[in-house]
Amino acid sequence: MDNFYSPEVMDHFINPRNVGELADANGIGEIGNAKCGDIMKMYIRVENGVIADVRFKTFGCGSAIASSSVATEMIKGKTIEQALALSNREVIEALGGLPAHKIHCSVLAEQSIRAAVADYYKRLGIDPEPIVGKVFTGEELESMHDA
Amino acid sequence: MPDRIIYADNAATTRLSEAALAAMTPYLTGQYGNPSSLYSFGQQSRQAVERARHTVAEALGCAPREVFFTSGGSESDNWALKMGAALMKSRGKTHLISTAFEHHAVLHTLKQLERDSSPRAADSSPRAADSSPRAADRFTVTLLPVYENGVVRPADLAEAITPQTGLVSVMFANNEIGTIQPIAEIGAICRAAGVLFHTDAVQAAGHIPIDFKGMQIDLLSLSGHKFHGPKGVGGLLIRNGLRLDNLIAGGAQEGGRRAGTENVAGVAGMAAALAEAAGTMAADAEKMSRQRDRLIREIQAAIPRCRLNGDPVLRLPNNVNMSFEGIEGESLLLRLDYVDKICASTGSACTTNSLVPSHVLMAIGLPVEVSHGSLRLSLSAETTDEEIDHIIKVLPGHVDWLREKSPLWENICRNEGI
Repeated sequence: MDNFYSPEVMDHFINPRNVGELADANGIGEIGNAKCGDIMKMYIRVENGVIADVRFKTFGCGSAIASSSVATEMIKGKTIEQALALSNREVIEALGGLPAHKIHCSVLAEQSIRAAVADYYKRLGIDPEPIVGKVFTGEELESMHDA
Repeated sequence: MPDRIIYADNAATTRLSEAALAAMTPYLTGQYGNPSSLYSFGQQSRQAVERARHTVAEALGCAPREVFFTSGGSESDNWALKMGAALMKSRGKTHLISTAFEHHAVLHTLKQLERDSSPRAADSSPRAADSSPRAADRFTVTLLPVYENGVVRPADLAEAITPQTGLVSVMFANNEIGTIQPIAEIGAICRAAGVLFHTDAVQAAGHIPIDFKGMQIDLLSLSGHKFHGPKGVGGLLIRNGLRLDNLIAGGAQEGGRRAGTENVAGVAGMAAALAEAAGTMAADAEKMSRQRDRLIREIQAAIPRCRLNGDPVLRLPNNVNMSFEGIEGESLLLRLDYVDKICASTGSACTTNSLVPSHVLMAIGLPVEVSHGSLRLSLSAETTDEEIDHIIKVLPGHVDWLREKSPLWENICRNEGI
């Protein structure tokens, strides 16, 4: 292949899975901001502690769209604990690697899932921080990327 | 999927023309003599280089002895600025003026000049107090604004020039948004003020008329591969009588001004391409301007929330640069390439290693979030009307596809009630 990205990234970018909004979502997480050039929005529907359904919307580069697409596949049907355990490394592996300056997209995918789960707990009146831990904002992620 | 690519990135590089290749072939094959060799086998190469010098001079309105061949636009810019600045410093003039949207070959060179002459560059020695440059030896740089239309105002330049100003560098036409600068007016202001005037004409040469002498230009950079010549060859025009020091020291090539065995095939190819471009310039410009304006008009009609970046009239015939709100340019390029084999370019930060969007789009005041969604289409004389049709046909679909998935677009629609 003579693409800049791996075949896996191109596949998820050209044919993204689980894209769109989820009307009956009970957790929505949004990470990133327009100035930095990427926003990821993750919609989840949790049933009995399991991610019964998931959708995403992403503004960003090809690897941002591919990272969110592959991440939705990796958490669908999994328990909340399993979804929270998903790391950006696993997202990168599933995508057959990402160029060094695109690693940040995989972190956005990981964090947008955490943000959606945190929102799910908040809606239930449960403080998410002890369960989900800290969810990084887009600005914090950008500054980590710079460093 | 189409079986042929649609190449709409001619501001990045162009296809080598048949005439250029034909002019090069002898010097890549049998005729390999060194132009500096005395025997006739070498002198045949020498003649090719001198013929090329005459051709370039004729196309750009200068004398052959004012043409110096280099490795390309970046070397020419470095030579002009570093040695131009040094020359004027020897006359006590250390203030440099340029614009906020120059090519990085100019901007980074100016930064280097500023940095290397700053006191901190010299204070690593224990005798810092003695060795640090005096304030008068330090280069200072003023960058002129280019306003929303991407055009420098001569009045701003006249105001910025001080008795300390030594050199002004303003590009002939911008590489991203294609805006053409008032070069003749700038030349007149600089000449009257006794200031050296350099112009980076990499995007202009072979595309729009250039009159080196008439426009009162002192130094002009050009690059062969931007007008269907080969890569790795360019030129710096140096006004006769201007004693610019060498950037590349060594042998006595190029009249002792630029060392290194001549790129004989390269300069022959560049000259042939430039002559060809000059011969068809008016007709090519007319055709491309028509295609350019049709692209702009029809894209704007088909896609809401998009804008043209840069002046619509003071613009290279081949440049279209537009921004689409709510999407990111790299993903648009990927789809254009993958689905429709359309080669284009973007000012989005995501195509670089940094998170900084195009300094050109920032200089014309485009909001950061809008700059991420920019697309540059740059045409050539070879671009067909069918290719333009195809771009117009498929582009709105790709923008829609990305917008459907974009939470930013969702916010824009909600806020604007679309």
